[in-house]
Amino acid sequence: MNSHSDKRVRTIDRVNASLAERYARERRFRTAGLAAVSLGLLFVSFLFISIVGNGYTAFHQTKIALEVFFDPQQLDPDGRHDYDALTRADYGGLVKASMRNSFPAVKTRQEKRALYAMVSSGAAFELQHMVLADPSLIGTTQAVWLTADDDIDMLVKGHIDRSVPESERRVDDRTLAWVERLEQEGALKRRFNTAFFTNGDSREPELAGIAGAVMGSCYVLLVTLLLAFPIAVATAVYLEEFAPRNRWTDLIEVNINNLAAVPSIVFGLLGLAVFINFFGLPRSAALVGGLVLTLMTLPTIIIASRAALKSVPPSIREAALGVGASQQQTIFHHVLPLALPGMLTGTIIGMAQALGETAPLLMIGMVAFIVDIPGGALDPATVLPVQIFLWADSPERAFVERTSGAIMVLLFFLVTMNALAVVLRKRFERRW
Amino acid sequence: MYAVILVLILLALMAVAYQLGRRRSQSMAGRAGGIRKLHSLPGYYGFYAAIWCGLPALLVLLVWLAFQSIIVTKMVVADLPLATRSLSEAELGLVINDIRNLAEGNIVSRDVSPEMQAAADHYTNLNRIGSAALVVVAISMALLGIALGWRFISPAMRARNQVEAVVKALLVLSSTIAIFTTIGILLSVLFESIRFFRMIPLSEFLFGLQWSPQMAIRVDQVGSSGVFGALPLFLGTVLISLIAMLVAVPIGLMSAIYLSEYAGRRLRAVAKPLLEILAGIPTVVYGFFAALTVAPVIRDSGSLIGLDVSSESALAAGVVMGIMIIPFISSLSDDVINAVPQALRDASFGVGATHSETIRQVIIPAALPGIVGGVLLAVSRAIGETMIVVMAAGLSANLTVNPLESVTTVTVQIVTLLVGDQEFDSPKTLAAFALGLMLFGVTLILNIVALQVVRKYREQYE
Amino acid sequence: MHTTIQYMAAENTLAPAVSGDGGQALAEDSRDFAGTVGDVTVANPAMTARNVNVWYGEQQAIIDTSLDIGKSQVISMIGPSGCGKSTFIRCLNRMNDTIDSCRVTGDIRLEGQNIYDKKLDVVPLRAQVGMVFQKPNPFPKSIYDNVAYGPRIHGLAEDKQGVDEIVETSLSKAGLWDEVKDRLGEPGTGLSGGQQQRLCIARTIAVSPEVILMDEPCSALDPIATATIEELIDELRQHYAIAIVTHSMQQAARVSQRTAYFHLGRLIEVGATDDIFTNPGHRLTEDYITGRFG
Repeated sequence: MNSHSDKRVRTIDRVNASLAERYARERRFRTAGLAAVSLGLLFVSFLFISIVGNGYTAFHQTKIALEVFFDPQQLDPDGRHDYDALTRADYGGLVKASMRNSFPAVKTRQEKRALYAMVSSGAAFELQHMVLADPSLIGTTQAVWLTADDDIDMLVKGHIDRSVPESERRVDDRTLAWVERLEQEGALKRRFNTAFFTNGDSREPELAGIAGAVMGSCYVLLVTLLLAFPIAVATAVYLEEFAPRNRWTDLIEVNINNLAAVPSIVFGLLGLAVFINFFGLPRSAALVGGLVLTLMTLPTIIIASRAALKSVPPSIREAALGVGASQQQTIFHHVLPLALPGMLTGTIIGMAQALGETAPLLMIGMVAFIVDIPGGALDPATVLPVQIFLWADSPERAFVERTSGAIMVLLFFLVTMNALAVVLRKRFERRW
Repeated sequence: MYAVILVLILLALMAVAYQLGRRRSQSMAGRAGGIRKLHSLPGYYGFYAAIWCGLPALLVLLVWLAFQSIIVTKMVVADLPLATRSLSEAELGLVINDIRNLAEGNIVSRDVSPEMQAAADHYTNLNRIGSAALVVVAISMALLGIALGWRFISPAMRARNQVEAVVKALLVLSSTIAIFTTIGILLSVLFESIRFFRMIPLSEFLFGLQWSPQMAIRVDQVGSSGVFGALPLFLGTVLISLIAMLVAVPIGLMSAIYLSEYAGRRLRAVAKPLLEILAGIPTVVYGFFAALTVAPVIRDSGSLIGLDVSSESALAAGVVMGIMIIPFISSLSDDVINAVPQALRDASFGVGATHSETIRQVIIPAALPGIVGGVLLAVSRAIGETMIVVMAAGLSANLTVNPLESVTTVTVQIVTLLVGDQEFDSPKTLAAFALGLMLFGVTLILNIVALQVVRKYREQYE
Repeated sequence: MHTTIQYMAAENTLAPAVSGDGGQALAEDSRDFAGTVGDVTVANPAMTARNVNVWYGEQQAIIDTSLDIGKSQVISMIGPSGCGKSTFIRCLNRMNDTIDSCRVTGDIRLEGQNIYDKKLDVVPLRAQVGMVFQKPNPFPKSIYDNVAYGPRIHGLAEDKQGVDEIVETSLSKAGLWDEVKDRLGEPGTGLSGGQQQRLCIARTIAVSPEVILMDEPCSALDPIATATIEELIDELRQHYAIAIVTHSMQQAARVSQRTAYFHLGRLIEVGATDDIFTNPGHRLTEDYITGRFG
C-alpha cells in the first residue's frame, strides 16, 4: 500500500513537472492558428485595398473646357441641316481650331500635334452628338467640356508623377505646362465618368467602357439560366425522387460530382470542339458561351437542388400519397414548392460562378476585341471577366485603373447575387 | 432569329392545344354523366393534347437546327469546282469560311471570284430554303399533333398516366446530360489528341524536354518546325501547384482549426464569412492582383536581398493561387473536423490532454483521410486553374524548379495555342487538345480518388 | 420564509435559483424533499463535494448536492434518466467545462484542493481523476497507442521501455493483456465492444489516477461483456476510488459498496448499498427500487 501511494505522488509530480513545457506548446499552437486566420484576413484586405485603391478613380474622367465655335462653313456649308452631311462633317477640325484659339502661342506643326493630343479622339464624336441632337448650335460658340486624353487624365489623377525627370515621364514638360495653365484657369475638371458605363470597348482608355461586356454577360447568363435551371431541377428531381439505386444512377452521380471538379478550361475545349467545330455555331457568340457555362454550372445547381429536396421531410410525401395523389402530383404539388427556395439559392450561386468565369470563354472566341454593344445572343460578344482580362493585358496606365474599376463592378454584381442567395436562404429556411 | 419566333409560335399552339384538350374532355364528360366519368382531371387531357402538339415539332426543330449548317455546308462544298474540293482540309476550311462571310455580308479575306460569289449565293439560297422548309414542317407537325390528340381523347383514356410517362422520360433525359457532357469532353479531346499523336509520337510528347510549338505556316517557309516535349509544362504546373499548396494547406488548415476549436463566437461570425469571400472572387481578379500587385512586390523584395526575380515568377502565381485555395481547404477541413465525434475529444480531455494535444494527436489523425481528400481536390483545382497563371506566369517553357524564374503551365499553353487563329490540321492547335486530355485525365483521377476518400471518411462517422 | 412558501406553491418546478444563495431555498421547494437521507460523508474520502449546483443555461440540473467519494470503494449513482447523476460525476473532473452553457457553483475538493478554484489547472486534475464514458471511445489508433497516449502526453515514462511497462501493467490491470498482447499494433477500433471498453479503462488507469469516474460504462455492452467489466471494477476498487453511474439497479447492487439515489437534480438518499436496497429511507427511493417508476 505504501509503495503504491509513493508511486501516485510521483505520477502527479511528473505531470506537474511537464506542465510548463506543455502549456508553452499549447500557446505556440494557438498563436499559429491565430496567425493563420490573421494572414487570411490580411490577404482579403490586401486584395480589396489593392483593387479599390487602383480602381476608384476610374469612375471619374478628366474633361477640358473649350470654347467651340460651331463653324457653319465646316459643318453645314449649304445650310440645309442635312442629317447625312452633319454626320460626316469634320468635327475634329472644330476641336483643333478651338484648341489653337486657347493656346495662340503654339505655332509649329510638332507643337500643334502635341496640343491636339491633349483632347481625346472621342471629343469629335461628342460634338457630333451635340450637333445632331440640336442643329441650331451651328453658328454659335459654346463652352463645352470635352474628354481629355488618357495621359492627361492620368496626370490630373496623380498616377503620373510630375516630379520625375521628363525622360521618364509619359507627358513631356511642354504638355505639363499647358495642363498646369488649364488647371489654374479652372478649365480642367474631373467629372463622373458616364462613358465608362455607356460605351463599348475601345483602344483609347478614356473612351473604353463596360457596357458591351455587361450586355454580353447578361445574354450569356440569360442563356445559362434558361437552360441550366430547368435541366438541373429535372435531374435533381429524377435522382432524388424516382431513380432506383443501381449502377446506372451511381454512374450519373459519380459523373455529376466529378464534373463539379473538372477544370473549367476543359469545358472550353468541349465548347470549341462540339458547339463550334461540329455544330457550326458562330464563334464569339453569347449563345455558345451560355451553352458552355450551362454544362459547367449544372453540377453546382444539381447538387444544391438535391440537398433542397432531401431536406423536405418524408412525412410531407407520405401525407400526399396517403390521400391518393400520384407520385408526380406529390412531387409537383408539395415537394417541389417546399424545395424551391433552396434550389433558387443554389441557382443564384451557380449563376455567380458563371458570371465570374473566364477561361472557357477564351476558348470559344469571346476574347475578340468588340466595340459594338451586342444586340442578341448570336452577335459577337464579350463578357465582363474577359473584358477585365483584355484590359489587364493593355500596357496603358489608364487601363490599369479601368481594369480595377471593371473588377469593382463585377464584384458588386457578385456580392449582390450572393447577398440575394443569403437573404433567400434566411427568409425561407425551414426547420422541420 | 426566325428560330426564336418559330419556338414562340409552337408554344402558342401548345397553349391552344391545351385549351382544346381540356374543353373536349369536359364536353365528353358532360355527355357521359359528369366529370367523375373521366379517368383523369380535365387538365391532364389538356396537357396530353399539348404534348402531342409540341413535343414532335420541337424535337424536329432541335435536330434540324443542329444539323442544317453541317448539311448545307456539305452541299455547297459538293458543288464547288473540283480544283477547290481537292484542296487540303485547312485550305478548304478557309474557303468555306470566306463563302460564309460573303453570304453574311462580312469582310472577306481574299478577292471575290465569280465561283465564290456563286457558292455564296448557293449557300444563302440553301439556308433560306432550309429555314422555310423547317417552318412549314414544324407548324404542320404541330397542327397534325393537335388533330391526333383531339382524336385520342376519350373519357376512358388514361391521360394522367401518359402525361406522367412523358414527364418522367424528360426527367430521365435531363439526368443523362451529365453523362453526355463527360462523353462529349472525352470525345472532343480524344479525337483531336489522336490526330496529334499521329504527327508527334506519344513518347516525345510525354518525355521531351523542349517545348516550342511555333510552326511554319507554309511548308516551304524557312524556320522552326515546332518541338512538342511537354515535360517542362508538366514540371511548371507541378511547381506552381506545389507553391500554391504550401501557402494554402497550412493557412487553410490552421485557420479552420483555430476558428472551429478556439475562436469565440463573435470572431468566428466575422472571420469565417470574410475568409469565404476569397472563394467567391473570380480567378481573373486574382490574376490581375498577381500580375499588378504581388509580382512587383516579390520582385522588389527579391532585388532588395540581391536576388534576381523574374517579373513573371512562378512564386507570384503560386502564392496568389494559394490564396485562392485557402477558403477551399479551410471550409473542407472545417466540415471534416466537425465530423470527428465529441466522444473522442471527451476521451482525450478525460485523461488530461491539453487542447492542442487533443487536436494534434486525436482530432487531426482521426480527420486525416477527410483532410487528405480535401487537399487532393484542391490539388486538382490548382492544376486546372487557368486565369491566374495565364496572367501572372510566363509563356516560355523553362525546365526549372527555381520558383523565382518564369515557368509556364499546361493551362497557359492551352490558352495561348487556342486563342487566335486555329488550324485543325496543324500540331500547334491539336497540341492544345493533347494537353487538355492530359489535364482532364489527371484531374479526373485526382477527383475520383479524393471523392472516394472523403465519402469513406463520412461513412466512418455516420 | 416568505420565499419558501412561494416555492412550495410552485410545486416541483425547477425554478432557477438565486445564485449566492447556495440553492438553500430551492432545496425546500419540494414537499417530498427535506434534505438528503443518510450520511453523505465517509471516513476516508478521496473527493468531497459540498452544495453543488449546476445549470445548463437557464435550466438547473443539480440542486444543492453534497457527497463524498470514498477511497478504495465503489459508489454507484442511480436514479431515473435525467435525474442529474451523469451531470454530477462530470463535475468531478470538470468535463462539463467543454459545454459552453454549463455553470457550476459549490465546493468540490480533491486532496483538500478546490477543483473549481480559478487557479486550478484542469490538466493535472484530469490526470488524477480519470473518466470512462458511456460508449467505448477508443482513438482510431493502435491498441498500444491508445494506452500510451496518456503517459506520453504527461511525460510519465523516461523512455520507450517505460511506456512499454505502463502499457503492459495497465492492460493487465484492465484484464485485456492476454487477449491483445500479440496484436498491440492493430487498431483499437477493431476490438469487440467489451474489449474496447476495457481498453478505455486501461487508457484511464495508465496515467495512475486516484479516482475513476465511470458514466454508464456497460450500457452499450452485451451481458457477458458487462459481467467481465463488473468483475474488473471490483478488482480495481483496491487501488482506486471509483464512482459509477448506472441505470441498472442490479449492477449497482453487484459492484458498489455505497449507493446514491438521485431524483430530479437532487441527491435524495445515500448509504451502504445493502441498506439502500433492503431498507430504503425515503419514499422516492423505495418507489424507484420497487420499480414504480424509472
